[in-house]
Amino acid sequence: MSTKFTKDHEWVRMDGDVAIIGITPHAAEQLGDVVFVELPDVGKTFAAHDDMAVVESVKAASDVYAPISGEIVAVNGDIVDSPEKVNEDPAGDAWFVKIKPSDLSELDGLMDEAAYKDFADHG
Amino acid sequence: MSELKKLPLDALHRELGGKMVPFAGYEMPVQYPAGVKAEHLHTRARAGLFDVSHMGQGWLTSIHGTGTDTAHVMVADLIETRVPGEIRKLGRGRIRYTVLLSDEGGILDDLMITRPAADEDQGRLFIVVNAAVKDQDFALMREKLTDGELVVLEDRALLALQGPEAAAVLSEIIPEAADMPFMSMMDAHFDGLPIILSRCGYTGEDGFELSVPAEEAEGVARRLLEFDAVEPIGLGARDSLRLEAGLCLYGHDMSGAESPVEASIQFAMGKRRREEGGFPGYDRIARELAEGAHKVRVGIKPDGRAPAREGVPIQSTDGHPIGVVTSGGFGPTYDGPLAMGYVAATHAAPGTQIELLIRGKAQPATVVELPFVPQRYYRGKKSA
Repeated sequence: MSTKFTKDHEWVRMDGDVAIIGITPHAAEQLGDVVFVELPDVGKTFAAHDDMAVVESVKAASDVYAPISGEIVAVNGDIVDSPEKVNEDPAGDAWFVKIKPSDLSELDGLMDEAAYKDFADHG
Repeated sequence: MSELKKLPLDALHRELGGKMVPFAGYEMPVQYPAGVKAEHLHTRARAGLFDVSHMGQGWLTSIHGTGTDTAHVMVADLIETRVPGEIRKLGRGRIRYTVLLSDEGGILDDLMITRPAADEDQGRLFIVVNAAVKDQDFALMREKLTDGELVVLEDRALLALQGPEAAAVLSEIIPEAADMPFMSMMDAHFDGLPIILSRCGYTGEDGFELSVPAEEAEGVARRLLEFDAVEPIGLGARDSLRLEAGLCLYGHDMSGAESPVEASIQFAMGKRRREEGGFPGYDRIARELAEGAHKVRVGIKPDGRAPAREGVPIQSTDGHPIGVVTSGGFGPTYDGPLAMGYVAATHAAPGTQIELLIRGKAQPATVVELPFVPQRYYRGKKSA
């Protein structure tokens, strides 16, 4: 399936029955140089919109919210060790977590790429 | 909320791609397209141009006349009733950093006081105060310093050129700038324009501040930006630079509640002044100097990578609250998180292990000596 987006500038991409989640290039650019990432523990569960991770840039700390409900099945240790990767490849290698969704229909409420682009440009 | 004021360089900031944010009543550039980290590193490596026109500038003049050394003593004695700095013995053309005190000995602001060099200017002091409290500072001076006349310079801009190449750049325009001592001031000509030039700043680097007429500020800024070494720098990098240099930000690292002893800025109080007093709150300050303050400002190095921001509670390793972070973030030159804050005097010694409650979780940290990055002020010509 295609990538979906939230108003909080996270992206979600299904890979089999697991959702890969990250922040958008737009968000990474707005944050500025990322210097620290705090990720949740594997096994933790979140409801959609719960704060799930923290990104600190030279400017400020920002929460990253769970786009959909589910259980964390993997986290990306690379971005904890090298936070600058979030600026380099936010839509690819610098994913944050993988979630096993508890309600796939939540994805329907998210924006597709065109809608997100319009939102990010004007929102 | 009153309307935000615009800086004399507003149009230039926007042309340069500055991201404008509200700060101390002004719309100010927080960063340019290069970003905070690059701007910070550029200032440490070459030269950064900062617009600090939001700060308050003024002349305090003795009503008993000017033009003699006696006149200087009169105006110095006047300001010494509100600041603990040694102003009377300040040399001609020299600048002093000190604080404006409340009657309780709390810090109302930190400020720069300059004794001009020229004969005819003796009996006058050039004063630069913080933007957020300038109206309050000037009102207090007018109310308390009744033998002085305060002229606030509303129509002047203030530009800071900071970094290891600042002197080389500026001396191409003003040759005499090259050998100015740190914390000195001179009347200078910038391409024919009379300016007040000071060798000082707040980044920990060598550098200058140029007080120029507001309508000439854009021309001065553009001329400096013509140099390869010079890039415009926003408030974001200004904050990380001064934090690495261990310098206080008024309203954060000190406030009306804290004394200069608690704020660890004893150097803002002259030796004679500490012994003789004659400034507000002297009883408290003398006691703290003799016995030590209950809490003091210290440098804090988080052991992990998570930055501790302002407001983060500090506790002892056995879990007792001992203080709070007043400034914190990430230092691009230091290449790690860094913070300053107040801790109980019992935990203020460098090397003391403490804990920072970052998002509710206790994270280990260490009290360290300030500054985080060595200051590189100009100390005069090195002998060959």
